[in-house]
Amino acid sequence: MLFFLYFKDLVGQEVTVELKNDLAIRGTLHSVDQYLNIKLENTRVVDQDKYPHMLSVRNCFIRGSVVRYVQLPPDGVDVDLLHDAARREARGG
Amino acid sequence: MTGLDPEAKQQRTFNCSMATTTGLESLVDQIISVITNDGRNIVGVLKGFDQATNIILDESHERVFSTKEGVQQHVLGLYIIRGDNIGVIGELDEELDASLDFSKLRAHPLKPVVH
Repeated sequence: MLFFLYFKDLVGQEVTVELKNDLAIRGTLHSVDQYLNIKLENTRVVDQDKYPHMLSVRNCFIRGSVVRYVQLPPDGVDVDLLHDAARREARGG
Repeated sequence: MTGLDPEAKQQRTFNCSMATTTGLESLVDQIISVITNDGRNIVGVLKGFDQATNIILDESHERVFSTKEGVQQHVLGLYIIRGDNIGVIGELDEELDASLDFSKLRAHPLKPVVH
């Protein structure tokens, strides 16, 4: 629940999603759902020469189960608030 | 960061019921490019989907990339792809796609997904 809410607040930001097959896709976070499936707009693959497989794709849906990392802009994160929320979640409240 | 504030907790219980659903509705009847967990790239028209991301793909073909020759296209037809084998579903821009010269493209096949 926590990360779903966190990503909802990040909608509109530029992120890079690194997948479990080493593919990395950069784009604007359009939406997220309860499974942490991610929809990105204005996408481009990070290493386009190595991965030309998605050259004609500009918007994509990424299944949550295949995400390894979501790279965020450093100033897009309020670390203290996130830390606080995580502590509360861990405590069960 | 309003969603994480402790004060937002009450609002959160309302938000749960109208959660952001990404959904593939907007892509139905469009040409999509699917990247599967075994590293395949399959292009076709999205006809249906469900919550588990199982999809129905019409007029589909697989694009096989290799380092030695241009992209090969294998016609598949009407397919159901099971959701747990799907990685990425991309909206194919037909104009961009038409501008690509597939005979010139050389690439290593995509790696399989490792959990």
